[in-house]
Amino acid sequence: MPTLMHLYPLTGAALVGLGLYGIVTLRHPLRQLLAVNVVGAGIFLILGGLGRGTASTDPFPQALVITGIVVAVALTAFGAALVVRVAEEERARDDTAAVEATGDSA
Amino acid sequence: MSPLDLLVAVPLALMIAAVLLGSRGRLLLLAAIPVMAGLTVWLLLLPEGTAHIVGDWNLPLGILLRADGVAQLLVAATSACASIIGLYALREFAPGPSGSETAHGYAFWPLFYLLWGGANAGFLTTDLFNLYVALEMVSLAAVAMAAMGSLRAALQYFVVALVGSLAYLLGVALLFANYATVDITLLAGTARPDLATKVALAVMTAGLLIKAAVFPLHGWLPPAHAAAPAPASALLSAIVVKVGFVILLRLWFEAFPAIVAPAALDVLGWLGALAVIYGSIQAIRQETLKALVAYSTVAQIGYLLLAFPLVVTAAGSDRAWAGMTIHAIAHMLAKAAMFLAAGLMLKAVNGHRLEDLSGLVRVMPLTVAAFGLAAISLMGLPPSAGFIAKFLLLEAALEQGAVFQAAILLVGGLMAAVYLFNPLSRTFAGRDTPVTEAKDTLQTAAPLALGLLAVSLGFAGQAMVDISAGVSQAGPPAAAVGEVP
Amino acid sequence: MTLAFDLILCLMIVGTAAAALLTHNALAAIVFFIVFGNLLGLAWLAMNAVNVAMAEIAIGAGITGVLLILTRQRLMALGDDLVSAETPGWLRAGAVLACTGLTALVGSAVLSVAPADDLGGPIAALLPELGIENPVTGVLLAFRAYDTLLETFVLLGALVAVWSLAPGNAWPRPPASLNLAESGGGSVAQAFGRLLLPLALVMAAYLVWAGSDFPGGAFQAGTVLAGGLIIAAIGGAVAWPRADNSILRAVLVLGPGVFLIIGLAGIALGRFLFYPPGFAKAMIVAIEYSLALSIGATLALLLAGRSVAPDHRS
Repeated sequence: MPTLMHLYPLTGAALVGLGLYGIVTLRHPLRQLLAVNVVGAGIFLILGGLGRGTASTDPFPQALVITGIVVAVALTAFGAALVVRVAEEERARDDTAAVEATGDSA
Repeated sequence: MSPLDLLVAVPLALMIAAVLLGSRGRLLLLAAIPVMAGLTVWLLLLPEGTAHIVGDWNLPLGILLRADGVAQLLVAATSACASIIGLYALREFAPGPSGSETAHGYAFWPLFYLLWGGANAGFLTTDLFNLYVALEMVSLAAVAMAAMGSLRAALQYFVVALVGSLAYLLGVALLFANYATVDITLLAGTARPDLATKVALAVMTAGLLIKAAVFPLHGWLPPAHAAAPAPASALLSAIVVKVGFVILLRLWFEAFPAIVAPAALDVLGWLGALAVIYGSIQAIRQETLKALVAYSTVAQIGYLLLAFPLVVTAAGSDRAWAGMTIHAIAHMLAKAAMFLAAGLMLKAVNGHRLEDLSGLVRVMPLTVAAFGLAAISLMGLPPSAGFIAKFLLLEAALEQGAVFQAAILLVGGLMAAVYLFNPLSRTFAGRDTPVTEAKDTLQTAAPLALGLLAVSLGFAGQAMVDISAGVSQAGPPAAAVGEVP
Repeated sequence: MTLAFDLILCLMIVGTAAAALLTHNALAAIVFFIVFGNLLGLAWLAMNAVNVAMAEIAIGAGITGVLLILTRQRLMALGDDLVSAETPGWLRAGAVLACTGLTALVGSAVLSVAPADDLGGPIAALLPELGIENPVTGVLLAFRAYDTLLETFVLLGALVAVWSLAPGNAWPRPPASLNLAESGGGSVAQAFGRLLLPLALVMAAYLVWAGSDFPGGAFQAGTVLAGGLIIAAIGGAVAWPRADNSILRAVLVLGPGVFLIIGLAGIALGRFLFYPPGFAKAMIVAIEYSLALSIGATLALLLAGRSVAPDHRS
């Protein structure tokens, strides 16, 4: 039976779908990272949002959500560094190709 | 005191030491190996199902660590693989001639210990959220190691792994909301077949199939494993993919066996069969050595899923369970050996293609022998552990009348023979003896040790079967308990 | 909070998320994402989860937002204009279908569960034993301390992983400087840099202490500290150290190390991560202070990025 307290978890479900759409359709890896974070936020809303009693909020899932947030930022930071590194490598490859091309035509 | 926490705490302590000391501290591995070996033996000697809660808080608040048969076997195989791969890596990541340390040389060791600790944590805990954290430990280390080979492949691996983890976490969230616990042992008692549970199981399975690189979600594996440095490839193929597989086992057969529909098990069995066929065909088509070995991993993981439908039917289920578990550890040892040997062979000839391997047997007979021993286990030839595993699975399949599974097992073995004979025969080919650099004794011994282990472990078949049947909740029903001939 | 407030907030949350994902301009997307994170923080407050709200705003919106902005800057310097290739229509249509289906499925699963606070009672009953009053801290540092321990190693591992990406000649030099003064701007940044770091330190110290009984804790404190360090770096008050700086490494491993040592010491008294009765609060506070310091340094360095060669232009 849906209650008012389902509002936030349902928002979470919407975010999960929205984020997944972003991951699939956005081809640039940095945008995909952003979409991944949206999905994560949605999952956290589901986890924490369903742990609410009439007067109190369950601290157990809150702790799990905090752990999840920290893990997410750690992975996002590494992912972002990886994206930059791939872009660097790409540019270095384009640079050498350009140099070789001008060298050939010279 | 218990090895259950120390098996995780020791690698983490070593990770701290590695962060502080960098390459200078890489010889700490020589102290780590005996300590981890001792802890592993202690773990194997523990009575089945020994468990305790970290910090002594009662469930459902605390986290339960447990040594069941699957955990014992996989932790043992992980210790063997990690120790020997680490010894190989000592030379691989040694500082350059000027004594300077590279970023890879520094970072490999902390990531290595993080992977080892995370894998042990994943095998030994029964808490689904703790398993999520362990999965992230292992995935982070794995992607970073893959990035030491190919950055592009690592980025693809990274995004895919992240999606898999999130799918898994979504399921955990739904399960916690539904049951107010995420402990597998508690869930086993109170599971209900309602919508939330089914959705959770579905998304978690999808995520774990990604992590275990099961066809058709395997695409990230071959590029990442093939391009990484040899010790990293070995760690990735041997250990990393098994963690997701073990969690899948626990979910399907321990937490929710009553809810799992036989049709769903059949679907997984089909995916396994497809993985075996597809992976083997791709392996046969490969022209570079490491890509071949990587596709072999895709195929071998298929066997693990092929066994899923065999595990629940009463007749022969215990044999299917044992066969599946032993196959997992046999693959760990054999694939690690194969990647290390491949690394040595490729370094010696300075090329990647199979044709470049001509005549290698004359220069590095021990390395080719190591490759050969690994191949014996992967093909499932006696007396290797791979043979024991295949034999048990075949027995179970035939007893249950699962002709299709039996056929796949046999065909898969034949195809493995095809794609493994190819590189082996090349090393014998040609008349010239290639000129190579002097070989490092430690690096030569490493794959040989793993290969010998994979082949000789077959003699301990009954012991492995007995260990794998541990714990009353996990594994097959207590109905039929057979003997390995 | 009234239903109207909750409803509007949820709509705004979904709206900013959609904007962040669908807009073509990458910077706009990042800004929308930061707003999204802050709105999420409000949502957590509405749900009476103050600790989570702080973590989400500080880490989810703050650190992640800054990370994305810095990454965008680095990518643009490399000539990457962050434009996604056009995805084919059929893929987009299929994705819309699949994702709507997934949302419906997950939504139904969510609706089938009755929200309940099942563990709050048992946790509240055990808190006096620990001597602390913040139940979330109790869960993080006592009941599920093993999770938290592993997570701190994930954070450390992420930094090592970022370091591993350094190209050959750059290791182990410091990362690229964020100092605005070098690129010709920022006397305001300089002033703030010098002012805010000490404030951040005090705030972080307070947050850890308060976290035992009130909302707060090591992660939130560590993030405040990281924020102070970043602003100081932008203002030129702090320079990034080399990766082989021993003091830096000691600070990075202090948190995980103290946590691990206390955990192992617990074995002598009975169990890994066991707190002797009466000493639980002391152990928890000690762990949290060490963690806050390490988390601050680790997050700041994660934002700083990898080592760069001396001739690097950014």
